[in-house]
Amino acid sequence: MSMLRKSGSLLLPWLLPLALLAIWQLAAGLGWLSSRILPAPLAVAQAGYALAASGELLAHLQISFHRALLGFVIGGGLGLLLGLLTGSLHGAERLLDSTLQMLRNVPHLALIPLVILWFGIDESAKVFLVALGVLFPIYLNTFHGIRSVDPALIEMGRSYGLRGLGLFRHVILPGALPSILIGVRFALGFMWLTLIVAETISASSGIGYLAMNAREFLQTDVVVLAILLYAVLGKAADLAAKGLERWWLRWNPLYRGA
Amino acid sequence: MSAVLSFPKALAPAARAPGGVPLELRGVVRRFGERRVLASLDLDIAPGEFVALVGRSGCGKSTLLRLLAGLDRPDGGRLQVGGAALDGPHADIRILFQEARLLPWKRVIDNVGLGLAGRGWRQRAAHWLDQVGLGDRAGEWPAVLSGGQRQRVALARALIHEPQLLLLDEPFGALDALTRIEMQRLVERLWRARGFTTVLVTHDVGEAVALADRVILLEDGGVGLDRAIALPRPRGRGQAAFARAEGEVLARVMGE
Repeated sequence: MSMLRKSGSLLLPWLLPLALLAIWQLAAGLGWLSSRILPAPLAVAQAGYALAASGELLAHLQISFHRALLGFVIGGGLGLLLGLLTGSLHGAERLLDSTLQMLRNVPHLALIPLVILWFGIDESAKVFLVALGVLFPIYLNTFHGIRSVDPALIEMGRSYGLRGLGLFRHVILPGALPSILIGVRFALGFMWLTLIVAETISASSGIGYLAMNAREFLQTDVVVLAILLYAVLGKAADLAAKGLERWWLRWNPLYRGA
Repeated sequence: MSAVLSFPKALAPAARAPGGVPLELRGVVRRFGERRVLASLDLDIAPGEFVALVGRSGCGKSTLLRLLAGLDRPDGGRLQVGGAALDGPHADIRILFQEARLLPWKRVIDNVGLGLAGRGWRQRAAHWLDQVGLGDRAGEWPAVLSGGQRQRVALARALIHEPQLLLLDEPFGALDALTRIEMQRLVERLWRARGFTTVLVTHDVGEAVALADRVILLEDGGVGLDRAIALPRPRGRGQAAFARAEGEVLARVMGE
């Protein structure tokens, strides 16, 4: 009985999506929906299978994933470094923070024309945009995290002879980590968003290119497939971030999952 | 002012007892803005002595303790611990705060081992956890411990360094009555075994009389009363002499 209830509560969140899917398939099958507007779910699945079988899908996925990861590592690393610097050293804050705050207020997607002029429609253009998109959420949350570490704990650490790097490693960085990880989750959202826009505007490979190319040939099923892939990738990135939170913040009852 | 009257004579020092350091304060001043919280304070504390500082809120007892911990600097006067002037936190001095201040991201045993390096620290940490009765909680996160247990972990974390001066800043204030008595007994037992000099800040006169060799009342930035408590240990609160001493100090604190 309780097993039944447990599996029931596990299935419950999926009930609505599955019902919608069934209605969608039915509507397409009965001809209520033109396949030009929205193809049937099965047609999308078939398109996905065909592309996967030819190896095309994997190639596009790989290139998109590579761009996202590279941009995230560069921009995130830079944001983390700058945030640690301005958070820990008042001199660095005075020197850098107001400049970074000004740059933050420029929407990075507005730079696309300029970026195309600089890099062409090369790989570096997309990586640059992604890096710019993830830099600021990570910077801001790292800075804020370091500044909001409990001063009582820092004082305790000092009274135990911790200073400099030791104090940073044992007290300040772990104290800032919850905030840094919030920055990471925001950044992952920006990462996909930026990549989608960049690939849609100018690319000769990647998921965004797949969608734009399919649009030219009126392959609505492939367009829908690309959109779904972005959703799946976004969800996967979010799950990975959640996993990190659960592991790194397992000391915190708020993050200890059931 | 009465001189130092009472030494912990009953103390049977353990084989490795590190003993305590003497404290000497001369003309110590600490200002916050216009207000002189400590105004030319003189105080001597003998090695291994257990001293309780009492007084009304804002009388400067916590300020004095922070000075002794090296977490704050005096604006004037001289402050010597073990014959040497104090400048900043010192390895022989450990302080227990009102809140346990455990690092929530370190397991209990890693909290106890904070600031320790080298081989064998884990065994020592486990030993000290045993001493405070928490040997079986070594692998837990601080978040799952009760307030009293956290305070005991903090005590183990302080004592593992074998300090010669232990400072207690109302560490039992937030605990329930029973846990509090338990903690008081634990501190008294460890103090008698190790012989470190102890300074306890408390607002509870009964606690001061129960634990201290000397109760010192801080008022108007200086020592208002310095009373030796020469009762045998362990002290029972029911004793007439205990009640008399407590009543006397309390009356003085209340300004009667």
